[in-house]
Amino acid sequence: MTLPAELPRVRREPAPIGAALSGTRTLLYKEVLRFWKVSFQTVAAPVLTAILYLLIFGHVLEDHVKVYGAVSYTSFLIPGLVMMSVLQNAFANSSSSLIQSKITGNLVFLLVTPLSHWAWFVAYVGASVVRGVVVGAGVFVVTVWFAPFGVAQPLWVLVFAVMGAAMMGALGLIAGLWAEKFDQIAAFQNFIIMPMTFLSGVFYSVGSLPPFWKALSHLNPFFYMIDGFRHGFFGVSDVSPWAGLLVVGASLLIACGLCLHLLKIGYKIRH
Amino acid sequence: MHAISFQHVGKTYSSARGAVHALDDVSFDIEPGEFFGLLGPNGAGKTTLISILAGLARATRGQVKVHGHDVVGDFAAARRQLGIVPQELVFDPFFSVREALQIQSGYFGVRADKRANDAWIDELLAHLGLADKADANMRQLSGGMKRRVLVAQALVHRPPVIVLDEPTAGVDVELRQTLWQFVARLNKEGHTVLLTTHYLEEAEALCGRLAMLKQGRVVALDRTSALLAGTASTMLRFKMDAPLPASLAAQSRVTGRIVQVTAHDASEVEAILGTLRQAGCTPEDLEIGRADLEDVFLEIMQGAPA
Repeated sequence: MTLPAELPRVRREPAPIGAALSGTRTLLYKEVLRFWKVSFQTVAAPVLTAILYLLIFGHVLEDHVKVYGAVSYTSFLIPGLVMMSVLQNAFANSSSSLIQSKITGNLVFLLVTPLSHWAWFVAYVGASVVRGVVVGAGVFVVTVWFAPFGVAQPLWVLVFAVMGAAMMGALGLIAGLWAEKFDQIAAFQNFIIMPMTFLSGVFYSVGSLPPFWKALSHLNPFFYMIDGFRHGFFGVSDVSPWAGLLVVGASLLIACGLCLHLLKIGYKIRH
Repeated sequence: MHAISFQHVGKTYSSARGAVHALDDVSFDIEPGEFFGLLGPNGAGKTTLISILAGLARATRGQVKVHGHDVVGDFAAARRQLGIVPQELVFDPFFSVREALQIQSGYFGVRADKRANDAWIDELLAHLGLADKADANMRQLSGGMKRRVLVAQALVHRPPVIVLDEPTAGVDVELRQTLWQFVARLNKEGHTVLLTTHYLEEAEALCGRLAMLKQGRVVALDRTSALLAGTASTMLRFKMDAPLPASLAAQSRVTGRIVQVTAHDASEVEAILGTLRQAGCTPEDLEIGRADLEDVFLEIMQGAPA
């Protein structure tokens, strides 16, 4: 180690707003880079899982189920699988990143920075949306060849994908803040996220359920995400996409509000 | 304006056994350009105080300011002034050394001038002996190399105040020496340095002023030279195999065969030797020397109320 010829005596002070934006952008970039560096696990693996679901359920049910009148089961299944992948991966991104940083201790690098709770929120949720959309696009690209397909209203596809991913990114952040161990995150994922996504109409039309289960499904915000997303492909859905937008929008606001509050008070990260 | 100002800082944790007072009415200031040492035994509250300064923890009472910026109310400005080298050897396994430094500087918004920032990162890498490891993943580095990266990460946004929380714990002698040369140079160039360490010879050699904490309270605060001069100035050292007489054992520091006893004047030295003679003990390699910071530290810690 040699000593520098000249060490900085006076630091150039960046403009506060410019510095805050630049800092947020850096955290977003770091979070995207983090999952991209292990894309075999974070992108390729969920795409493979979705193909397996499609092959198994499509093979078993293709000749037995018709949905919305003339839509084949495989065609019906594809948007559901895409949206399920979007939601599960958006949650996994923020929750796993935060819990890993907490447990390994490297969250300290972020805690000592001038970044506000808003910056944390935008960057973590933004990276979750990016991962959710990338995985969803991957699932769509490899599954679309299995059935005739069209996109009737692409704007609904985009709106529900982004809003759903953002909500799951915020929920992932909340879970990551709350959890102190990896198995607590796994419990959150396996006992809350997984059942709610599986019971949201990914593999079936909620309209085909008995009245009790149908009513229960309508209490699940994930149902509106899947249903609204699917509406973008077929132009038909179990409930109006506007009703879905209202429910998903309200759920998103609640999740974001809670997440921002926890970040602001430094819940379980600033003692 | 003070570089760092702690005013009546208190920190109380609630635990299963009731309230724990980690810090109790801690007040002192550190001036710009000072090399300041924070000493104390394990659990004295040093890391808690540093954590409050860095925003990792929140004070229950009192106020902490960095260059006039409150660490809670004006946290962004306060944290821009600070470079923290954490005690734990932590790293992000996803990134290379260069990526980790670029990301860390980006958080502080200093990547706007990318070329200047990259040049400073290259300089830091070179000066900390990390140039050939710049593209290595953090997982591939040895413990010493990871420690160097922690120092580089703390300096990457060119903070005027550097806080080192026991940076040489478990570090080999060569790195310890070069690290201190580097930090001493930064201090000479005008950076304020706040250091916590268990190596008291380091504090004695480097710090112009010291604060000692015991059970969350400041028990000594003065210039290092004044602390050394103001307490027991004589130290009697000898080697002995036989057990010490009980009256001496209580006031001695024993490391293996080596015994050290503080004495305030010549008559106390005579009294100690008399006690040894009466007990039939024969000290070897007897020497009388000046007390070092370790002696001062022990005397203060033993004398301060719990």
